Amino acid sequence: MRRVGVYLLAIGAAFFCAAPFLWSLITAFKQNRDLYNPNNNPFLYNRPATSDHIIYLFDRAAFGTFAWNTVWVGVLVVLITLALGLPAAYALARLDRPWAGWFGIAIFLIYLVPPSLLFLSLSRIVVALGLQDSTWSLVLIYPTITIPVSIWLLIGFLKAVPRDIEEQAMVDGYSRLGAFWRAVVPLTFPGIVAVIVFAFTLTASEFIYALSFVSPSTEKVISTGVPTELIRGDVFFWQSLQAATVLVAVPLALVFNLFLDRFIAGFTQGAVKG
Amino acid sequence: MSEGLPEGIDRHAPRSAAEGRHGSEGLPEGIDRHAPRSAAEGRHSSGGRKLADREGTLAWLFLMPSVVYIIALVGVPFVLAVGFAVSDVTAGDPSFDFVGLANFRAIFDDPVFWRSLGNTFLFTGVSMIFIVIFGKILANILVADFKGKWIVRFLVLLPWTTPATLGAIAWLWLLDSIFSPIDWVLRKLGFIDGNMYWLGEPQLAMGSVIAVHVWRLTPLAAVIMMAGLVAIPRDMDEAARVDGAGFWRRMFEVTIPLTLPVIAVSALFGAIFTFTDMAVVDVLTNGGPNNATQVLTSWAFFRGIDGGDVGQGAAVALFLFPLLLAAAIAILRAVRKLEVR
Amino acid sequence: MAIVEVRNLTKEFDGGKVRAVDGVDLATKEGEYLVLLGPSGCGKTTLLRSIAGLEQPTSGDILIDGNVVNDLPPRARKIAMVFQSYALYPHKTVLANIVFPLRAAKLPLEDRRRKANWAAELLGIRHLLERKPRQLSGGERQRVALARALVREPAVFLLDEPLSNLDAKLRASARDELKRFQQEVGTTTIYVTHDQVEAMGLGDRIAVLSQGKVRQIGRPVDVYDDPADTFVATFIGSPPMNLVARGDTLVGFRPEHLLPASYVKGDAQPVKLTVDRLEYLSGDRHVYGTVTGVGERTRVIARLPATVGDPIESGREYDFAVSRDRLRHFDAATGLRSVS
Repeated sequence: MRRVGVYLLAIGAAFFCAAPFLWSLITAFKQNRDLYNPNNNPFLYNRPATSDHIIYLFDRAAFGTFAWNTVWVGVLVVLITLALGLPAAYALARLDRPWAGWFGIAIFLIYLVPPSLLFLSLSRIVVALGLQDSTWSLVLIYPTITIPVSIWLLIGFLKAVPRDIEEQAMVDGYSRLGAFWRAVVPLTFPGIVAVIVFAFTLTASEFIYALSFVSPSTEKVISTGVPTELIRGDVFFWQSLQAATVLVAVPLALVFNLFLDRFIAGFTQGAVKG
Repeated sequence: MSEGLPEGIDRHAPRSAAEGRHGSEGLPEGIDRHAPRSAAEGRHSSGGRKLADREGTLAWLFLMPSVVYIIALVGVPFVLAVGFAVSDVTAGDPSFDFVGLANFRAIFDDPVFWRSLGNTFLFTGVSMIFIVIFGKILANILVADFKGKWIVRFLVLLPWTTPATLGAIAWLWLLDSIFSPIDWVLRKLGFIDGNMYWLGEPQLAMGSVIAVHVWRLTPLAAVIMMAGLVAIPRDMDEAARVDGAGFWRRMFEVTIPLTLPVIAVSALFGAIFTFTDMAVVDVLTNGGPNNATQVLTSWAFFRGIDGGDVGQGAAVALFLFPLLLAAAIAILRAVRKLEVR
Repeated sequence: MAIVEVRNLTKEFDGGKVRAVDGVDLATKEGEYLVLLGPSGCGKTTLLRSIAGLEQPTSGDILIDGNVVNDLPPRARKIAMVFQSYALYPHKTVLANIVFPLRAAKLPLEDRRRKANWAAELLGIRHLLERKPRQLSGGERQRVALARALVREPAVFLLDEPLSNLDAKLRASARDELKRFQQEVGTTTIYVTHDQVEAMGLGDRIAVLSQGKVRQIGRPVDVYDDPADTFVATFIGSPPMNLVARGDTLVGFRPEHLLPASYVKGDAQPVKLTVDRLEYLSGDRHVYGTVTGVGERTRVIARLPATVGDPIESGREYDFAVSRDRLRHFDAATGLRSVS
């Protein structure tokens, strides 16, 4: 009886979350004459399916370019985030400075500064640096969103690493820096994965900065490229839009799902306490 | 600075590598108690406290890059934005003239601003309630054991991992005034005759925007709460079971109190995210109909970019900041209190 | 091997509000097994961590092999430490755990492997080398931690309550092994514990600490038979030493020396013992009662070995005695041993 309840709830939840994508998947292969008839059953193919809109997405709308831009921007942003955020989080979590608490709060406050407040002035800075209309502007700016969040996330993970472990490494012949790198960082791996996934998702869905800094379509990322290239004024290329949504959503969710357990249960597994 | 070990240490160590290898079988009696000697011994560095050992210096070195980065790309633009808010900068006339609080006076006189402010609170408040409730339920489902969990989790994560604009676009069609599949279903079931105009009626539009936002953020809340649920010591739950507490009792007296800090933090992050997010509003309704779904962020965007009045846009956006600050401090304090207990 | 010396060491926390170590002077001998014994919060772990270089002393000096090491980081002090939790690296195999210090020393791969095998052999954990720490039992973890400490070939071993995570049965055998191990390796060892049984069993000498100060340092037999003050007298021994007030001194005697009068030969101090309770503990009888005749009426405990067969019942008064050379006298005001 209980089991049935769990299954029903699980299926229900999955349905509510995924239904729009399921429907996007159906729509992506529909012919225009099928789609634009309000009397047709929207969940069935009333006319033969077609892959024209998918082809359009890649051939005419440069979806491949957007995807590639999104990926390399994402990867670089994640790398910058970790390179700057991990040491900073360690300094705040472990190096016992009296000002660490205040710094933590200051970093949290930075998270409160919304992009909508900054993009006006940031776009001037981007111009001053000569990065306007270049995807590199996003590589430069996105870490300002991801670093504060990552530091907050990582402080939690770093505090969960037993102090004994790094002291042991120091006794074992490593410097403080060596102990951090060789004993603490490997144990923070679940946190690092969390940051990678979190930072990548944040960058992939960011909209305001991408919209205001970059206008040439070869430099665009998915979140701006797809809506701007596939919505021309009042003309919506619906099937291609739906196809793009599915093509982006599925791989991201797959990757995230792979790391979900690490993300959740990863922490330090009972090696220290008996 | 490298020097050999003191003589005393080497005393037990055999001189040849071969010696160190013998006696590998038939122990423990025949254990060779001498450490095998190695060619590279004596390379122990024995310098004083180097840079890499000094905590204070290290702390600064570790923090500096992030601090510099953030000051340059958040601090400076923030100050600039404050400058804009007290100036008459517009898209057409970028020259900077100080106008004091004129921009704020102008936006306070604008009824749309107050409407947006109300909408922002409504939007944030209602969506947070639903996100926390649904997130909690979802987290409880996802930590349960059942077959096909992997695929369920994958499907559940979809709304959050999809870029906001794309997710919203999928909904745009689902809520279309003519072709909405939701309307089609309702029509077939006989609930309605014509169309609902989900995004055309003020109340419906607000409801739709909130629904889509809840749909999008619930998975994130669920994931954060799962981490909190998993962290509850098992024996705590089992003790409550032994004490004869039923499901609801355990839920309200063990699970919820113990996960409250996590819930509070995720609610805080979600609220701030919601407060400053406009992707859903922007795609679905563009603030309409007749500003019924206008929130402060989108209003700032329209004022500052579409309207070209940078000064007023900045003033509206800046207005958010103290509100966020107050909310954040309140919640952080509550969390700290909970943790102490 | 080396001599560790601590000179007038003080460590304060919270800007001087807490003085965890308060002017400690201490020196080990060459190859000695020195135990730091004291109740929790007495500063013994802080002292050990200061020697390891994990805490920076507020004042005073730490010398290893005659060199002041105050300014050296832990890695340069030629020490190895085993933590109470063992602090095994959970993501590394046992082998990787053991060679970790050797990698720090930049030893060639082959030598690392060889030394790890040697240490694993010595501790009987060769069959565990490929496992991860979480697959090991408490006792196995302890050995891995020891092996990891051993491969460094340190001048000094620092052990912080390494047996406290083991169950009681395992603890006895582990204690025995630990002692044998140290005798074989012959390295100077400083061992922290709050367990007097461990301390008495393991230590060549014991330093008893209380409130950041060393109360007494000496061989187990000295500490037990000739405690320097009432703290040591009552902290060591189970049941603890009986203390009876007499004027401005306290007279102390161990429970096993309070015997029926007929068993005490030579110069004896006769007493009357009114028994109110008896306990049988593994052959011994613990007799709880009130003693008169030494000083003020005081509740005391007598421990009668199995060889004392006299029938004793509660509620009755008996003639007991303590051999005079077993009596110890302490100043009632300071608690210090008075010469008499």
